[in-house]
Amino acid sequence: MAAAAVERGGKGVTALLVGPAATFFLLLLVLPLAVVVLYSFGERAPAGGYAPAFTFENYLNLASRGQAFLNTLMMAPVGTLLCAVVAYPMAYYLAVKASPRWRTLLLVLIIVPFWTSQLLRIYAWLLILGSKGVPAYLEMIGIEGVRLVNTRFAVLVGMVYGYLPLMIFPIYVSLERLDKRLLEASADLGANPARTFWQVTLPVSLPGVATGSLLVFILLMGEFIIPALLGGGKVFFIGNALVDLFLQSRNWPFGAAVAVSMVLVMLASIVAYMRFVLSRGGMRQQPLV
Amino acid sequence: MADDNKPITRKDFIHELLRYRRGSVSRRHFLGVTGLGLATAVLGNAMPGLRPRKAWAAGELGDTLNFTTWPNYFDQANLDQFTKDTGVNINVTVFGSNEEMLAKLQAGGTGWDVFVPTNYTISTYKSLNLIEPLDLSRIPNFIEADHDPRFIGEAKIDGAIYAVPKDWGTTGYVVNTAKVKGEMTTWKEFWDRTRGDLSGLVMVHDYQLTTIGNALKYFGYSFNSIDPKELADAEKLLIECKPHLFAINSDYQPAIRAGDAVMSVAWTGDATQLQRDMPEIAYVLGREGGEIWTDFYAIPKGAPNPAAAYAFIDFMLDPAVNAREVQAHGYPSTDKRTNALVPKEMLENPILYPAQELLSALEFGAAATLTDPLRAEIMARFKSA
Repeated sequence: MAAAAVERGGKGVTALLVGPAATFFLLLLVLPLAVVVLYSFGERAPAGGYAPAFTFENYLNLASRGQAFLNTLMMAPVGTLLCAVVAYPMAYYLAVKASPRWRTLLLVLIIVPFWTSQLLRIYAWLLILGSKGVPAYLEMIGIEGVRLVNTRFAVLVGMVYGYLPLMIFPIYVSLERLDKRLLEASADLGANPARTFWQVTLPVSLPGVATGSLLVFILLMGEFIIPALLGGGKVFFIGNALVDLFLQSRNWPFGAAVAVSMVLVMLASIVAYMRFVLSRGGMRQQPLV
Repeated sequence: MADDNKPITRKDFIHELLRYRRGSVSRRHFLGVTGLGLATAVLGNAMPGLRPRKAWAAGELGDTLNFTTWPNYFDQANLDQFTKDTGVNINVTVFGSNEEMLAKLQAGGTGWDVFVPTNYTISTYKSLNLIEPLDLSRIPNFIEADHDPRFIGEAKIDGAIYAVPKDWGTTGYVVNTAKVKGEMTTWKEFWDRTRGDLSGLVMVHDYQLTTIGNALKYFGYSFNSIDPKELADAEKLLIECKPHLFAINSDYQPAIRAGDAVMSVAWTGDATQLQRDMPEIAYVLGREGGEIWTDFYAIPKGAPNPAAAYAFIDFMLDPAVNAREVQAHGYPSTDKRTNALVPKEMLENPILYPAQELLSALEFGAAATLTDPLRAEIMARFKSA
């Protein structure tokens, strides 16, 4: 009897604790998502918007946005990878090499640029990469005719710059927690610093890399401002296709279908990615256990 | 020309960045992110002398007005004057297409008080019940008889006036003649040279009406065509030209000024503004035709602050204020009384007032293009190609 009462009480407490979050998710995530799914089977109203119907036409029309899907699925992973490659040495320096006196200041300095609005920082890149920016300097040393703005390169630069802190911090945290005794043990067993890095430091920090990559990847998949501004409307992401369908064509049902497909593609790539990370992580950690 | 390709100086860099404030970044947003807004607010409150000089009783018009318009389309001094006179702060948002404005209004909850629709959209706004007839008694500066009826006809539906004219203009293209050799006179040349010797240096609007319309002109079709066969031709041309474009963007002044682009589809006032600073800029109306238009001030249904909206529209239509607007943005006014105050050289500027034979080939946008699903889809496909 007493146990049952505790259990009941426990359930009540659990319900109370989970309630707010569950309500939040239900009202602001599940419900809107259901509306999006419903809309994706509808028709465009004559003046634009949504008219009820039941048709698969929107899904059959997805191929017309194939290039946008392709661009996103290529650029988001590449952007994530570049982010990780740039962020890792920075995080490593901050966590391992930097003197504790400077560390906090350096961490703050990474954040400072992000007090300025993202829009303004992207506009600044527009000027830096524009013909009177970097290309003009290249011209001074004899490299002529370089065009950077409104290319995939510019979009990648913007993406890496924009999301770098999201990659640095998880890696920094995982490296900061690194038990220095492991490095000593590795050295005692005769490993040189490079080998110690590959076999000890890197595997231990992989969860940080995985977390950072996931954060950056998910945001890049939904990105639309950076490609719109630094890609000049020529490097087109699914996010841009969505903005267009809702804000220009006012074809909400087709937009909804693209959104549903985007969510599915995103889920599939994240599941694939997690499996990959877990399988690698598992293999590497086995000998340690 | 000699220092044309020199790297940008620090001063110019900031100047160009600030230009985005007037064009693409809303003033409030900019002030907010730079902290200047807070600083001015604190200053204003601390020093009574800097408080707005009120022509209206305090709070009578509320404290904010949300004004939705187009890039490079107003004189900041006029907006500041209105704030000074009334204590109403103006939040400016700019859009690149009428479709985008309509989409926002259709979705609801915009919070806009005044917006600037183009002639061909008004009937749709009315039929979707998004605007109401204006109470003209609150806009005494609008005197219908002083406006050429050709420009304001579409604002009048069943005898009621739904919007009052801001200015009129044309859609042609700007050419940087220092970098583009040979005379340009047609849309055919525009598109042919885009995929020819000017590859990578040309911009078109992110706007179905003008981008598809001027692609249609390549074939000599109507600017307003919704015929599927003609639209298919236009789409083919657009997709062929896309890899050769510098960008698809309705805010093309920065790229032309920076020298990144040397030719762009353009509206009257942008051409005037560009030519003011860069004499080598020429404005071309394609011989085949193209668009002539009027933009209006309108108040969306359910505007949060209609009192301020009416006061603002009336203020902007005051001939003295309006003449300052014309001189700043470089679009001609439809108002006789305003034109009487505009300098003669502007009234004789062929960018503002093109030759009659060029004007007569132009068409006003048609309402059907705004809602036509095929035009919307072609524009979207062109962009995602």
